Amino acid sequence: MAHRWTNDLTHDDVTPKSAYLNRRQIMAGMAGLGLATIAPKAQAAAETLEPTPFDVITQYNNFYEFGTRKEDPARYAAALTTKPWSIKIDGMVDNPGDYALEDILSKMTIEERIYRFRCVEAWSMVVPWNGFELKDLLDLAGVQSGAKYVAFETLYRPEEMPGQRQPFLEWPYVEGLRLDEANHPLTLMATGIYGKPMPNQNGAPIRLVVPWKYGFKSIKSIVRITLTDKEPPTSWNKSIPSEYGFYSNVNPQVDHPRWSQASERPIGGGFFAKRIPTLMFNGYEKEVAGLYEGMDLRKNY
Amino acid sequence: MTDALNTAIRKTPSWLLYLVGAAYPVWLLYAGFTGGLGVDPVKAMEHALGKAGLQVLVAVLLVSPLRRFTPLNFLSWRRALGVISFFYILLHFLVWMVLDVQILSQVWADIAKRPYIIVGMASLLILLPLAVTSNNRSVRKLGPKWRKLHKATYLAVLLGGIHYIMQIKSFQYEPYVYLFVIVGLIALRRLPKRQMRHPKKGPLRSAA
Repeated sequence: MAHRWTNDLTHDDVTPKSAYLNRRQIMAGMAGLGLATIAPKAQAAAETLEPTPFDVITQYNNFYEFGTRKEDPARYAAALTTKPWSIKIDGMVDNPGDYALEDILSKMTIEERIYRFRCVEAWSMVVPWNGFELKDLLDLAGVQSGAKYVAFETLYRPEEMPGQRQPFLEWPYVEGLRLDEANHPLTLMATGIYGKPMPNQNGAPIRLVVPWKYGFKSIKSIVRITLTDKEPPTSWNKSIPSEYGFYSNVNPQVDHPRWSQASERPIGGGFFAKRIPTLMFNGYEKEVAGLYEGMDLRKNY
Repeated sequence: MTDALNTAIRKTPSWLLYLVGAAYPVWLLYAGFTGGLGVDPVKAMEHALGKAGLQVLVAVLLVSPLRRFTPLNFLSWRRALGVISFFYILLHFLVWMVLDVQILSQVWADIAKRPYIIVGMASLLILLPLAVTSNNRSVRKLGPKWRKLHKATYLAVLLGGIHYIMQIKSFQYEPYVYLFVIVGLIALRRLPKRQMRHPKKGPLRSAA
């Protein structure tokens, strides 16, 4: 079921495709849209959200499978073959098996979600994703009653992913969510940005997007989804457990041991881009705070 | 051949070294404004300046081993290299403070409680008096104390290498290679001179 959640920003607010090629044109375009975006429905900070230009979103990526530098994914991801693609869904599900991506997509309604994207490194973007809710896919697989967590796995193919030939992390990359987080209407399986198919460097052909968590939770190029009753291991937590927890919710009050999380640098603004304050749950507090009621978020970082 | 090279090195005017040194940040700034540093020019410039500072400091440490183990003599360049490295590291700090962190209260908080920033700041503060005394008048005025003071370079470079390692997110070779080279270059200075020249005779003689 699509459209459980709608953007404060609507389709009309996305920068037109012709404009995002040129920064100056975007600025002009946004100024033109300015009046329209200050609509009464957008009472939160949402009306000031300006989608980050396409070329910025696709040239500044953390995707260690292709190297640790921000420009590595854009440089090396062209070698990745994304067809054919299937996702193995296993564990505590009624219908385990290999799901061909075309078959999944034929059953899903693709919608647009303009989300804030906050990296744990204290930079941020605004991304107009296209995708469907993870819950719809989980419903297709039929989650069994004992399942409590969802584990995800990225493709392991070192011959196409040069970073996987280096010990940056333990490969393949794995991530996980609690089942209620996975079923939340904000949690998206994204297949595109700006209405285009997902660029390889952004996690083609299909990736997770959990907008209230730090970016590394939004695992890319997914080949396996496992339903389980135990908290699954997650890559960054395995690598540096003192710095990256299982939850990794965006939280301006809980600093990373090496830097403050109170503010963030929006990417794409050049030399003099101003820092902006980081919002609790990345601005999705109203939607997701209930998931963590009674939990010590400092302890469960 | 090496004589000609050494003469050329010795005759290089230091203003030329300073000019080449200053060209790099200017080029970075130009590249940043024209898209040459990618979509996040602030971090790109910050990291480039930090790394360049460390590289020039490593070059400073190379001067005396090169003199000892090869015919090459870059001694006349060393002071300019040291000043240039300080200049890069100062700019690295300023880019971090003004363009990256921006918020003064957060700058202070970071300096006070983030270990990798404390280590980096310590390195910069150690280099400050060295840069200030990098002129002939100070050399004359301080006499033998000048040499002693400038031995602090070893500590500053070591801290710089540690600062680099402390901020990486996952395992990467490069920062470890830098630290390995730095420790190696410092360790070379501990080799007793006589043993190096007569590796077999040395220990025997001391035993006798």
